[in-house]
Amino acid sequence: MDWTIFSFLLADGLQNGTIYALLALCLVLVFAVTRVILVPLGELLMFAPLSYALLLQGQFPGTAWLSAAMLVAWALLDRNRLRLALALLLLAGVVLGLAYWGSHGAPGWVAWLLAVLIVLPMGPATYRLFFEPLPHGTVLVYLILAVGLHFVYQGLGLVFFGPEQYRPPALLSGEASLGTVPLPRQVFVVYAFAFLAMLGLYLFFTRSLYGKALRACAVNRLGARISGINPSEAGRVAFLLATAIAAVSGMLIAPLVNAAYFMGFLLGLKGFVAGILGGLISYPMAVGGALVVGLLESYSSFTASAYKEAIVFALLLPVLFWRSLRTLELGGEEE
Amino acid sequence: MKRWFFLLVAALGLALSQQPAPLKIGVVVSATGPAASLGIPEKNTFLLLEEEANKRGVAGHRVQFIILDDASDTTQAVRSTRKLIQEDGVLAIIGTTTTPASLGMIDVVAEAKVPMISLAASKAIIAPVDAKRTWVFKTPQTEELMARAIVADMKERGVKSVAYIGFNDAYGEGWWTFFSQEAKEGGINVVASERYARTDTSVTGQILKIIAARPDAVLVGASGTPAVLPQRTLNERGYKGLIYQTHGVANPDFLRVGGKDVEGTLLPAGPILVAEQLPAGFPSKRPSLDYITRYETKFGIGSYSTFGAHAYDAWLILRPALERALKNASPDNLAAFRAALRDELEATKNVVASHGVFSFSKEDHLGLRFQDTAVMVQVQNGRWKLVRTFR
Repeated sequence: MDWTIFSFLLADGLQNGTIYALLALCLVLVFAVTRVILVPLGELLMFAPLSYALLLQGQFPGTAWLSAAMLVAWALLDRNRLRLALALLLLAGVVLGLAYWGSHGAPGWVAWLLAVLIVLPMGPATYRLFFEPLPHGTVLVYLILAVGLHFVYQGLGLVFFGPEQYRPPALLSGEASLGTVPLPRQVFVVYAFAFLAMLGLYLFFTRSLYGKALRACAVNRLGARISGINPSEAGRVAFLLATAIAAVSGMLIAPLVNAAYFMGFLLGLKGFVAGILGGLISYPMAVGGALVVGLLESYSSFTASAYKEAIVFALLLPVLFWRSLRTLELGGEEE
Repeated sequence: MKRWFFLLVAALGLALSQQPAPLKIGVVVSATGPAASLGIPEKNTFLLLEEEANKRGVAGHRVQFIILDDASDTTQAVRSTRKLIQEDGVLAIIGTTTTPASLGMIDVVAEAKVPMISLAASKAIIAPVDAKRTWVFKTPQTEELMARAIVADMKERGVKSVAYIGFNDAYGEGWWTFFSQEAKEGGINVVASERYARTDTSVTGQILKIIAARPDAVLVGASGTPAVLPQRTLNERGYKGLIYQTHGVANPDFLRVGGKDVEGTLLPAGPILVAEQLPAGFPSKRPSLDYITRYETKFGIGSYSTFGAHAYDAWLILRPALERALKNASPDNLAAFRAALRDELEATKNVVASHGVFSFSKEDHLGLRFQDTAVMVQVQNGRWKLVRTFR
């Protein structure tokens, strides 16, 4: 391995690591606030670019129907709160209207935004419809529910978009070189977004009232409730944030890696591995973990490509072992 | 008046009961899951065939295809096969799309003594023809046949060294086994062998290693749109040699996603991929064009794929075998009829189908001849262009 190859692999590893970092952030965020391991995060990531690809082809994406249907179901659940229910129904109409506009000759960048907007309501709606009715579920119950949702969303993805990949156009086309390594310009957009997302989350959690409320929920749900914070609302905000970050990440990486209905799970899983390295509580450690996963993957794909996946997931074993030793000392967090 | 009415009803009842029961054929395909891009056109083909078979009837019988989806999953395929045999009492099984699942089904059909025609690629499904595989036939070309076509083409173009990158699953491994063997026999030096996953988002590491080995040509052992990724990475890294793909990419989506990146790609394919460009004497030309017209009439222009044609070929073989078996056996005696049907399948000779000419024998349950079933195709201006036949 000479310097050129080393630097190519480094660039590749950092690029993948950044994507995993964004997903790991979302997973940690959702887990800390709601105790849900959001397995279907990868699907929410995949819905946006695939909807975009369909909008550009002038087709009405099935995700708009799904999003609208989830909002209507939400409105039915909350029918006693008339104003909220009406607002949700209106929003469902708006989503369908936007999708119609997007598929009938909206310019490319509008379609880009519309695709994100169509997917966005699914996040909070997922929480309201499936997790909120079980306020006292254990982590395991939530996990099983999340895995189930993953299969449902992935199946729906196949129905909506078919089995093959799409490659939506990049925001910035062409290549720029960094030293000896030529990189697609789009990669820099990914880095910029990752930086902004992390900075935004940091400011949100330290400066805004909402952010502080979310942190309070993460630290102690009961305590937060006693101080007048609604944990359900905190959960919905967490899901909304996670969906927004995932959807935009998906839009940004799709031109680099091709989008398909099956792309989400493995990305999410590697984000999860990274999150585990941070114990699913620490944001900086999750980001660090994600970069480790990305680099490890990149270098192992060069040296032993047949075992790449195995090497990445084998990373979990020592980490889990080490963490389980530490958790024992703490006497177990659960119950 | 009343008596007349009763007589009429009785006569009608008699007429109805003499209408023979439909011939039930069990179909297992992967209409969902990772192999869905292959399974969906296969399923569509059976919907098309059922409609047409019932217009003419098979020796006066109606035909019923009972189509089950295995979600590209072996366990599900085996369960579906059992259900078709035990609950529905089918005469034969067609399916399934993928190699691992087809291998799993062999035990079930052999135990129940039901003939089966697989739609999956691997040679392991039908060879060697042992006590179990005597019940199993298949229509798609094996990797072995297609690897032979690639190596023949490489030799023609003066390729001395080649690198391989393929899926890290049965597809990629199968290709590696047969390709490395054929390349060795053809005197071509294999300088690198790499793997990647269908769902991978980056293959930079593998491609760097391949480029460092400086091969004259690279073979990508992958199927469908995930096969684009290594080729695009090769282009991005400035690789200038020949790039070969397998027949697993022969669908319009590969061209759509690949765009400029797959220009110039060489691949072996069944003749149906370039049906219109085949020379007039090529045996598969007519059945291929026939299938394409029928499929596109029902599902739209440009919708056909070579994978659906494997299902069509299975029916082209099964239909005459059913007709012959019906002369000597009755479907009412299920066990005897299944055995008779198996014998008639094995007796299939010179059935001209869309992917070649099928002639089965006791030792050969694939029945395809190399020169009729493989052609070399190149991507030129975003279209498939026939560059070589081996006849």
